Amino acid sequence: MTVLQKKTDNPIAHLTPEDIEQIGVELDAIRQTVVDDRGAGDAAYIRKVIDVQRKLELGSRAVLLVSVFPPAWVLGTAGLAVAKIIENMEIGHNVMHGQWDWMRDPKIHSTTWEWDNASPSEQWKHSHNELHHTYTNVIGKDNDLGYGIMRVDEDQRWVPFYLAQPLWNFINACFFEYGIAAYDLELGKNLRSEKRRRSPEFKARTKVTLRKIRQQMTKDYVVHPLLSGPSALTTLGANFTANLVRNLWTHSVIMCGHFPEGVQTFERRSINGETRGEWYVRQMLGSANISGSKAMHFMTGNLSHQVEHHLFPDLPSNRYAEIAPQVRAIFDKYDLPYVTGSLPRQVASAWRKVVRLSLPNDFGAKAQATVLSLGRGSRADEGSAAA
Amino acid sequence: MSAPATTRRPARQLLPRLVRLAERATTPLLPADYLDLFAPLRPGADLRGRIVEVQPETADAATIVIRPGADWAGHVPGQYVRIGIDVDGVRQWRAYSLTHGPRADGLISVTVKAVPDGLVSTHLVRDARPGTLVHLEQAAGEFVLPEAGTKLLFVTAGSGITPVIGMLRNLFPVTDTGVVRLPRSAELDITVVHVAPSEPDSIFAANLRELDEAGLIRLVARYDDRHGVLDVDDLEGLVPDLAERTTLACGPSGLLDALAAHHDRRGLTLQTEQFRVATLTGGEGGSVTFRSSGTTVEADGATPILDAAEAAGVLMPSGCRMGICYGCVLPMREGVVRDLRTGELTTAVEGDGVKIQTCISAAAGACHLDH
Repeated sequence: MTVLQKKTDNPIAHLTPEDIEQIGVELDAIRQTVVDDRGAGDAAYIRKVIDVQRKLELGSRAVLLVSVFPPAWVLGTAGLAVAKIIENMEIGHNVMHGQWDWMRDPKIHSTTWEWDNASPSEQWKHSHNELHHTYTNVIGKDNDLGYGIMRVDEDQRWVPFYLAQPLWNFINACFFEYGIAAYDLELGKNLRSEKRRRSPEFKARTKVTLRKIRQQMTKDYVVHPLLSGPSALTTLGANFTANLVRNLWTHSVIMCGHFPEGVQTFERRSINGETRGEWYVRQMLGSANISGSKAMHFMTGNLSHQVEHHLFPDLPSNRYAEIAPQVRAIFDKYDLPYVTGSLPRQVASAWRKVVRLSLPNDFGAKAQATVLSLGRGSRADEGSAAA
Repeated sequence: MSAPATTRRPARQLLPRLVRLAERATTPLLPADYLDLFAPLRPGADLRGRIVEVQPETADAATIVIRPGADWAGHVPGQYVRIGIDVDGVRQWRAYSLTHGPRADGLISVTVKAVPDGLVSTHLVRDARPGTLVHLEQAAGEFVLPEAGTKLLFVTAGSGITPVIGMLRNLFPVTDTGVVRLPRSAELDITVVHVAPSEPDSIFAANLRELDEAGLIRLVARYDDRHGVLDVDDLEGLVPDLAERTTLACGPSGLLDALAAHHDRRGLTLQTEQFRVATLTGGEGGSVTFRSSGTTVEADGATPILDAAEAAGVLMPSGCRMGICYGCVLPMREGVVRDLRTGELTTAVEGDGVKIQTCISAAAGACHLDH
């Protein structure tokens, strides 16, 4: 057994190595049924989504040309925010995962796709597909655990910097795309040492990111406002708002994937020599779903099926809903916790964790002890007073 | 004097400036990505076409009539076109002879025979629907009418008739009221030896007979079930003035090789076209060639191409090494690979560029990768 749990109630203590490998076999079988079945209907789905998203974006931007009229501003901003969310989530994230590579369409392919986000797709694919999806929830290897600026697990050492992490988290949520860009550049790590700062590779990647950010900003904050003429300022405000809404939404959805209570983290050495079955089990325990309506699933890019996505990151996202009951049956069969909850519940759970872990681990216990001793003290006082 | 210069200048610069502005407004996409939603066949778009009609020819062959995009550069009878069509959601590219010469209505057509297990040909004949968008490349091929000489012999076998029909239809257009006799074709003296397993299977047989009855060509039909399999040495008997003719042949390699030897012995001119048939079969392992570096690596059937290439010192893009991150994907120009997880084979024929995950794909034959 190499999947080690630090928790006292190890959720896989009851599984034998044979069980774990059998889980892998059963999950592979689910994957295969989708691979065998995917075809023209799936291709039509993603093309339709792309078609609708682009028309919604065009329409919204057209309406914003007269954004000086308040109803136009509201309609255009709402449409653009929705278009940007779909572009990042159901289209960009999933295309760059290679979910649609099987169609062999060079225009809808992980190697050619570029998304409406500050982070260049090449860098995002490396940090997300390669690091986060391979080393999911392994402390010290998966930088998604707190994005390097937050403490999201008791096993991460507390330093006073983390006291402000509820604030960092809120700021990160508002400007999430830039947070992702900085994170994909491994800015924290690379700025720390002189040698890394000066490395030609880091310099080249920074240049690419800055160029992408410049292009993104020119589009939303210069070109479209100028095209709007008298509506320039209101269009600028609309584009900023649409980006803000998109950032807050994606940040919330992504927090729900791995931060809510009940999700497990893993030690770095626990993955040495990890088998495919063990990798699957780590993904099962390290991800959390969001329950809700079809529209909600769609707007999260089906990342609400985070468990299914982490088990099969390259299966087309439109198939996660249909395999979810089969995946859940495997959780039930092997008595593993399938973490899921409504969006408000999971967001609240993730935020509670961010706030709780901004304080040292024993803070709660110490505070409680202090309160208790104070309570005892006061009772004693009362007693003595009574006496 | 300077006035024309100042008025011309902004006009000359206006278009590129507008294009740049449009690009800045649509980044990270291109203006074309939005225009494609409304006008996929417009000038400047990637070359595409729309199927306008599917005409059944025989029980298992059909002519697909396509309206090509505005940038279609035209073709010469006998040339072929590569068509990319989505079958079960997967883009497949195949080459087909253009059946007609250039038509007044600007449409192009290919005639396809559904071959057993032929994924694309079966789809085109049975399931293709008018309105479907297909992807095209410009017409190509050297198998066209010779510029000199008026005495020609066409030897065609099976669907090898298609490029020849393209030429004949261009020379002798068939209309509802009969065959049109064009002055440019008056000098020609054409014999067609057409070979097929049996008559009903012979696509365009009716068309050939019509031209024969009109006296425009001499048709020698040879059906295996009636006349036995053609021996090229019988050709002189079937076509007595063989030596005076320029021979153009199109068919499978066996026939073409036999004809080449036959003509070579007699010092006769022969122009051939062999349809590339995907004869690639999945074996175990093979040589993997990386085109830009020119490196060739011998890989066995159980080792991912990524590992084999790296062991040989090739610098490869890589990622998770378990088939999930797509960090290792490279285009395969030609070859066969096997998915080590599922055993599934992926093939690419010359010009394809099928993207494969090298970390979970093993060579199942000689492979050429763009890297």
